[in-house]
Amino acid sequence: MTTYDQASWADEDGERYEPLLSEKATETVDIEDSPLPDELTRDSLELPAPAEPEIARHYTRLSQMNYGVESGPVPLGSCTMKYNPSFTEDITALPAAAVHPDRPDSTVQGTLALCYRLQDYLGRIGGMDAVTLQPPAGAAGEFTGIRVAKAYHEHNDDERSEVVIPDSAHGTNFATAAMAGYSVVELPSGEDGRVDIEALEAAVGDETAALMLTNPNTLGLFERDIEEIADIVHDAGGLLYYDGANLNALLGRARPGDMGFDVMHYNVHKTFATPHGGGGPGAGPVGVTEELAPFLPDPHVRERDDGDGRGDYEHYRPAHSIGKVHGYYGNWPVLVKAFAYISRLGDSGLADASAKAVLNANYLAERIPYDVPFGPFHHEFVASAGEQDAADVAKGMLDHGVHPPTTKWPETVPEALMTEPTEGESKRSLDQLAAAFEAVHGEDDGTLASAPRRTAAGRIDQVSAARNPRLSWQALDSDD
Amino acid sequence: MTSPYAPHTDAEAQAMLDAVGVDDIEALFNVPDSVAFDGEFGIQSRGEREARREAAKLLGRNDDLTEFLGRGHYAHYVPSVVDDLASRSEFLTSYTQYQPEVTQGFLQALFEYQSMLVELTGLDVANCSMYDEATALGEAATLAQRVRSVSGETVLVPDHLREDKRAVLENYADGPGLSVESYPMADGQADVDALAEAVDEDVVMVYAETPTVRGVIEERLADIGALADDHDALFCLGTDPVALALLERPADVGADVVVGDAASLGTGTAYGFGLGMFATREEFLRQVPGRLVGASEDGEGRRAYTLTLQTREQHIRKERATSNICTNQAWVALRAAIHAAWLGPDGLVELAEDCVTRPRDLAARLDDVVGVQAPVHGGHHFREFVARTDQPARAVADDLAGEGYAVHTVGEHLIQVSATEVTAEAEDGLVGALTEVAK
Repeated sequence: MTTYDQASWADEDGERYEPLLSEKATETVDIEDSPLPDELTRDSLELPAPAEPEIARHYTRLSQMNYGVESGPVPLGSCTMKYNPSFTEDITALPAAAVHPDRPDSTVQGTLALCYRLQDYLGRIGGMDAVTLQPPAGAAGEFTGIRVAKAYHEHNDDERSEVVIPDSAHGTNFATAAMAGYSVVELPSGEDGRVDIEALEAAVGDETAALMLTNPNTLGLFERDIEEIADIVHDAGGLLYYDGANLNALLGRARPGDMGFDVMHYNVHKTFATPHGGGGPGAGPVGVTEELAPFLPDPHVRERDDGDGRGDYEHYRPAHSIGKVHGYYGNWPVLVKAFAYISRLGDSGLADASAKAVLNANYLAERIPYDVPFGPFHHEFVASAGEQDAADVAKGMLDHGVHPPTTKWPETVPEALMTEPTEGESKRSLDQLAAAFEAVHGEDDGTLASAPRRTAAGRIDQVSAARNPRLSWQALDSDD
Repeated sequence: MTSPYAPHTDAEAQAMLDAVGVDDIEALFNVPDSVAFDGEFGIQSRGEREARREAAKLLGRNDDLTEFLGRGHYAHYVPSVVDDLASRSEFLTSYTQYQPEVTQGFLQALFEYQSMLVELTGLDVANCSMYDEATALGEAATLAQRVRSVSGETVLVPDHLREDKRAVLENYADGPGLSVESYPMADGQADVDALAEAVDEDVVMVYAETPTVRGVIEERLADIGALADDHDALFCLGTDPVALALLERPADVGADVVVGDAASLGTGTAYGFGLGMFATREEFLRQVPGRLVGASEDGEGRRAYTLTLQTREQHIRKERATSNICTNQAWVALRAAIHAAWLGPDGLVELAEDCVTRPRDLAARLDDVVGVQAPVHGGHHFREFVARTDQPARAVADDLAGEGYAVHTVGEHLIQVSATEVTAEAEDGLVGALTEVAK
């Protein structure tokens, strides 16, 4: 019996699916005799009202129709979907971790101590002088970093209007620059998949506020000319921004701060193994050089030195702070998990994680039947599906019990299969992945077009979902 | 040490190196010597037991206080079944649903979450999360600017607004060149006459909250909505799902966008961990930030779910996206949905009613304490109220902390107290302690 069969509720009119909660048991409550006057209240409320056993079964079935890192490999390039140790969950659930954000500093010294230690750890790992924990995701980290860069330039009476971004960069980089009010200058990649120095020289100038770069880049290649790149950007008066998406490939081998980056974000939910939660929560701490530290978000945690009995740590507002990027202090539980993970692995464990991630990527790149340009790779590589449609390849792989790689991105590689196995995969599971690639490589287009066939749902009609958006059960009802 | 989460045996690692054709893993790192790092962060490796003990010991330095704290972040009792089900690894360790055929479970859960917000707000569309209320408000302002048919650059917010929220809004507003200005409050609610003076053609969005940050239920929402509408400005309402179970539907008072923090369901205090709510009218569907889950069909005609309208999102649209948001708060939304289902409409309405009667009764008890007048504001309250103290508020709050109770200070002689079912057993203690310290 497949998990879908377990999960399916009924077979009515030929349709089989796990019914919505609203289809199982919905009740309408009339709002009357409330402690408020009628004109301040709604008339009624209609929501599902299942009993707890029904809720338990409903969500258990839903979980059975879902694939996570503990279900099998998730080699999504750039996403660093690694195994998440269980013990970090327990620490997050400690009663002492659950405090209200408006508590006075003197009563949450444990929370502040953990923040301070994590700031320090991340600073050491990235080679940065100061780190804020406030951004609640990687993209929020980018926004914070670019806001800091903007505040720095404005503080120096140096208004700039452009951010330079390689064509292979994450979409978030472009969106972030635009959100912060910058126009984007797209930098074409060189023939070797790296930054083209001549193109860079042509792209930067008096209007350049920053260059946003990830290193190793999206193709898994280390930008070996990074010092020259830094010089070109700095000579033009711009700042160098490090997108931390690929930091897992560098732990203990190189640090963004040492390479000349002025500001960076850490995807702690990638590099430091906090579960992705089906799309969040993440956390995107931002590290900066000493020069940029006065612009970090408010508040920042520091050690107190006056010993007046109000504790060892306190929040303070950096001198030229950009203000806030989250209503409180960011995604605290995610930060606790990152702290516990770093603390568990330490120097040698982190360096080994990086080594194994790099070994795994190169081994898998060697094993798969698709063309893999460039190399050697850091923790990920981009293969080209060539004549095959990368999306079809992905659907085909689902039928082999593994999660496919990221597809069709970066756009610089035709029919891209961007693959990142992470250190959590054994040789055996890499061989399983390679076998899935191999099997799909040998399949004809017709077979692939009807894949997947062994999953909870078959190929889903994306076009009609977008043309006729039905985004709630209320919209389904009106459709019937 | 080797990473405890890398499963390689030495023999396997060697076989892999042989396959790649190098002698040593280090040969695969393509880092120039000039930027190479020696590997020493100075962070000691620990066993799992030690790492746990270290974190527990650190956090153990927090004082054990009963928190009568709210002002936008609330603790309600979270049933065990929420933790249990949300912690199933197929949910917890899964990625964003870009391969919908193997993520139907999470997609359906998010579709149900969206649907619950549609019912609660009365609006047509809800996304499947923002980071928190403050960032959702920032996104609402940029949406308002995009959809407004005439130009303008002002966002109007209430004078009584959490400074944190305003600071986030200002960061979001800066890029598109919006400025944030405030309108006055009167007795804990919007001063609608003053607001009428403040709204002009330059305003792209009027923001109001119910309950307000001082715990007062806003009574003239429809008037505020009408004022915004008269000037072609969007009306954005800040609230939360528990309040929405009882209070008039945002759609019925003319709200164009509803933002708020839905972490009041499914999540404890967690130092400000949020779940940004974002709902709007169908008209603005293609301008919505963040992810949307839609119903569709698979090849066999079975109902299925998928992320949809992704052309609004950064991974497709890049610098022309409606937002840069990528990782959001999906798992927190799952928790909120499970909690709401567990309560059911009866339970949710009862909880909301308790949020009206409990602070009302506690305020009456505090009003009897010598040196305290409560509530300061007229009107109806939700979860919390402001009290005046004869003694300086800071000293009163500090003394209460010494007795094991945390309350807000919101003015020189004003404290704010939030009371929900999780503080119920501590109410007598608070009254007693205040009786001692407020004289």
